[in-house]
Amino acid sequence: MIAAVRARLASWWRVATLPVLAIVLALAIAAVIIVASSAFTGTGFFPLLPIYAYGNLFAGAFGSDIALNNTLVAAAPLMLGGLAIGLGFKAGLFNIGVAGQFLAGAFAAAVVGSSLATAPVPVAVAVSLVAGGLAGAALGAIPGFLKARTGAHEVVTTIMLNNATALLLAWAVTDLARAPGFTFPRTGDIGTSALPVLLGRNLHLGVPLAFAAVFLIRWLLDRTTLGFEIRAVGANPNAARYAGISPLRIVTLTMSLSGLLGGLAGAVQMLGVIGFYASGISASVGFDSIAVALLGRSDPIGILFAALLFGAFRAGAPLMQITTQVPIEIIDIIQALIILFLAAELIVRRVFRVRARPLEIEGATTVTRTWAEGSVRT
Amino acid sequence: MSEGERAVPGAARSSLPPPALEMRGITKRFPGTLANDHIDLEVRPGEIHALLGENGAGKTTLMNILYGLISPDEGEIRIDGEPVAIRDPADAIARGIGMVHQHFMLVPVLTVAENVVLGAEIMHGPVLLDQAGAAKRIRSLAEQLGFTIDPNARVEQLSVGQQQRIEILKALYRRARILVLDEPTAVLTPQETEEIFAVLRRLRDEGASIVFISHKLDEVLRIADRITVIRRGRVVGERVPAATTEQELADLMVGRSVSLRVDRGVAHPGEVVLEVRGLHVRDDRRHEVVRGVDLDVRHGEIVGVAGVAGNGQEELVEAIVGLRRPSAGRIMLRGRDRTTASPREVRAAGVGYVPADRQRYGLVLSFTVGDNCVLTEYRKAPYARGVVRDERAIRRRAEELIAEYDVRTPGPGVRASTLSGGNQQKLVVAREFGDDELLILDQPTRGIDVGSTEFIHKQAIAQRDAGTAVLLVSADLDEVLELSDRVVVIHRGRVVGEFDAASAERERIGLLMARGVAA
Amino acid sequence: MDVLFVPRLTVELAGYLIAVLPDLAPIILSLATPLALGALCGVLNERSGVVNIGIEGIMLTAAFTGYLTGFSLHATLGPAPAIAAGVIVAIVTGGLLGLLHAWLCVTVRADQIIAGTILNVGAIGLTAYFNRLIITPSGLGGAGVIAPLVFGLGPIALATVVLVAALQFLLFRSRWGLRTRAVGEHPKAADTVGIDVFRQRYQNVIAGCALAGLAGAYLTLESTGSFQNGMTGGRGFIALAAMIFGRWTPVGAFGGALLFGAFTALGVIVRVRPAGGELGDLLGAIPSFWYAALPYLVTVVILAGVVGRAIPPAADGIPYEKEARA
Repeated sequence: MIAAVRARLASWWRVATLPVLAIVLALAIAAVIIVASSAFTGTGFFPLLPIYAYGNLFAGAFGSDIALNNTLVAAAPLMLGGLAIGLGFKAGLFNIGVAGQFLAGAFAAAVVGSSLATAPVPVAVAVSLVAGGLAGAALGAIPGFLKARTGAHEVVTTIMLNNATALLLAWAVTDLARAPGFTFPRTGDIGTSALPVLLGRNLHLGVPLAFAAVFLIRWLLDRTTLGFEIRAVGANPNAARYAGISPLRIVTLTMSLSGLLGGLAGAVQMLGVIGFYASGISASVGFDSIAVALLGRSDPIGILFAALLFGAFRAGAPLMQITTQVPIEIIDIIQALIILFLAAELIVRRVFRVRARPLEIEGATTVTRTWAEGSVRT
Repeated sequence: MSEGERAVPGAARSSLPPPALEMRGITKRFPGTLANDHIDLEVRPGEIHALLGENGAGKTTLMNILYGLISPDEGEIRIDGEPVAIRDPADAIARGIGMVHQHFMLVPVLTVAENVVLGAEIMHGPVLLDQAGAAKRIRSLAEQLGFTIDPNARVEQLSVGQQQRIEILKALYRRARILVLDEPTAVLTPQETEEIFAVLRRLRDEGASIVFISHKLDEVLRIADRITVIRRGRVVGERVPAATTEQELADLMVGRSVSLRVDRGVAHPGEVVLEVRGLHVRDDRRHEVVRGVDLDVRHGEIVGVAGVAGNGQEELVEAIVGLRRPSAGRIMLRGRDRTTASPREVRAAGVGYVPADRQRYGLVLSFTVGDNCVLTEYRKAPYARGVVRDERAIRRRAEELIAEYDVRTPGPGVRASTLSGGNQQKLVVAREFGDDELLILDQPTRGIDVGSTEFIHKQAIAQRDAGTAVLLVSADLDEVLELSDRVVVIHRGRVVGEFDAASAERERIGLLMARGVAA
Repeated sequence: MDVLFVPRLTVELAGYLIAVLPDLAPIILSLATPLALGALCGVLNERSGVVNIGIEGIMLTAAFTGYLTGFSLHATLGPAPAIAAGVIVAIVTGGLLGLLHAWLCVTVRADQIIAGTILNVGAIGLTAYFNRLIITPSGLGGAGVIAPLVFGLGPIALATVVLVAALQFLLFRSRWGLRTRAVGEHPKAADTVGIDVFRQRYQNVIAGCALAGLAGAYLTLESTGSFQNGMTGGRGFIALAAMIFGRWTPVGAFGGALLFGAFTALGVIVRVRPAGGELGDLLGAIPSFWYAALPYLVTVVILAGVVGRAIPPAADGIPYEKEARA
């Protein structure tokens, strides 16, 4: 029995080694950047700054009940966004459009939510969440369909749609859905559509929802025929066609599902935290999700842990910035470094002298191959 | 060495000039295999020396070492008696070694001239190319070898035989004296083979040394002055054609007595299963590559489609299997119109298909052996109930197939990528053979060791005897002639000849494959 | 609304565009400049067989470093030398990032799309971080803008046209061009005739990314004179679309850049030189947000229409491995 548990833990450690070490290395390099840039701040060059910075980061993320809540609340949309991108990778698709789907989902949830502001809570919440998900799904279906039908690579089309969506939603909130009585363009109060708070702690319903999504997606991928089809298309689209799977159907469906998750992330953030839509809402979830998915190796459980990590970063960063003047953008730099070390994992292996299993993200090679081949051959 | 004077076996070594090429004790290890085991090879000036062995024996590795693409673990190479170190292809070229690879090293979208001069370009000043000068040089080189070529044609527009001659031009342009050809006739028609043999003989008579790598016994006996046989990375014999036979060479190659011919037995054809009428199919570039094909395959017979690669066979098969939509014509399976059926529908109609490129179409290498076993049936019971998959049923089926088809693997849970080529093909065959009405085999034994090839051939005949209709498409004319009860020849997208086994003549079929007419 | 409404309006639109052409043309060329340079970067990379979706990140980073240089040297050196220094720093920044990309793609053989993503994500973080740290506290300042030289176009814009023509010629008529194309189509063939595939790829990626750096310099030093977080606004990706549209040729990519630039210019010209009459009312009634979104939507439409038929270099995106197995 003990041996079985030991074996299980050993296999988990093997899988987790490289990501963990990549994080450590990224934090180390970021520390160097912090030290170097301390020369520019009012306090001057300060070699111990990273220790204080990271200390405050940690405190802001885990140092109190409130901090823990903030971490979990920040992690929820990241979990959903990470699942969105991870699911895409499994099918050989790179859905960078999570940023736009997030905004669309947030907007839809805000608009529907404010119109249901006096409805009974279960109805208001459920319908608003669904609206957010559907908005994201629609936005994901477009690049999905175009990729399947014409070969237009989703890396470019999703980014184009991100920009277009942000602009068009800004227009919508200014001209179409503007709520009266406020000094700046925004949607109305969402009232009862707000996600209920659980158990007296400041945790909203979105948190367990995100956790549930992780297990649902895991079940979908590993145990269902649809999951088999998605993974087949991501691993080898030609063989999948031969096996009778329609890449057109799977690509469109997967991008829609991915968009759904992205939209849901936006809806959760809207109904749980922000409360109204105005242009300028941060869509950092969109890019954070990329790092979350890569760190989690497109695996739902991995994504769960990665989302918690980045949720902690985001939750703790403001405290760090306030107390040590280190800009919160250091988190973005850490993110990029983590992806760098995941991609160039031989650096990590050399530095730490580790012989861990090489990093593999199923489907990532298909993303690049379909760029060059131009289409997935319907 | 004066012209016409060739090495005489038995003459005193010291009075002869040093061998043009000597490889001594060459050893190369790859993870898991010993590709070359202390190999000795000696090639004299003005000689065509054949290197004979089956797929995977180590011939290509040895030549890649000679050409500087790989470095040996042990051993030495001598050219004209001098030991040399060859670190990369540039070194090899500098030493006068030219290589014509099995898979052509030509850039399809570039012209003949561009391909030949690449890396040793004729310049007009420090930056620009002298395209006219290059064209002139190439035309004159070709003339010397007895053929003409348009230097400004794009390589992708040329026939396979012409492309091969360009590869030889490349070597001569760089003043190669030792020419290595790796399986040069694998994709040629019998006539093109003769043409290339003529060129090689001409080169030999001018004093060049030629290493001819092949696994085709009859050709080796015809063209070579001496033959070295390699098996499992070791030299197992050296022969002179006059003093040996195909059977002896085959036995040396494989290490045991091989039956050169599978006993095909007699076919008892029944009802028509596959009926193709007036089929027209376009390729990815919208060119019509199947131009009105009629074809019948009956229960209990093997119909072989012979043809040079690129004459529409691939697209024909893809259309039948549902991977490509025909632009005109009909495909009927057991009397029902399946012209526009999807792969799923075609499979449901009782068709099994072993694709030509198993890694691209037949298997998902990153999936387990078990998942690959049910790749085409994953949706059906018992492998799935509704949406949910049944792991145990999948495992059971995989174990069945592994045992029945002798697939060498630790078990259904490992990734398909860990299997050898031959075992991967057996896995695909295991999955596809069974209770089919129609079985389509596309290049089923390409690049596979002799043992697996024998096994698959025997299984194909067993399927036929059990009543399945079998359609065999192969660029290997020997395979087609050995297995087929009827042979259909395809050329430029049309059927240009039909023979039953008794009246199938190699020469005639070769002409049809190459030119579309039998005279 | 009468039946002739649409044809009439179309004619009016054509007339309007012709009338504003003298003002419109330099705007189109200016807007196209960063797109064209980005597309040239893409062409150099992909013709050699390396996929680079990090053009956006390179542009942004180089825009920042160029701006920072011009901004900090402004007082000590005077405007013109400071700007020149800024341009050089931007180009070097592009080259260094190109070195990183080449190392990841060619030596490490990492997934090339992820490598590009690192450039993009890293750029956003680094530029915003140092922007907040250095520039914002010391007050906004123009680094100065290069005055337009000819026909309302600055030196970088003019240089771009020259670069397009030069690269087109060299790609198909020079030894470098031949070897580049070989390496991108069939690297094994090039290797077997003694060409150093790795070196060729490294050189081209670095050179291409230097051009993307120049594009960044254009944005801050020739176009706006200041830096905003995320100011590249997707140009790096539009550049990729232009490259595909132009079938991986410099001239074609330039055409694509002009096309996308034209759609961006539409929103500008309609404000600056409004049309009269019915057309003017119609154009004026379209909210500015839609004009801003237009180039992105157009990119999607064109990409969908063009991509399936455009064939990239055969070895694009496939890392090259040397040791051949038996």
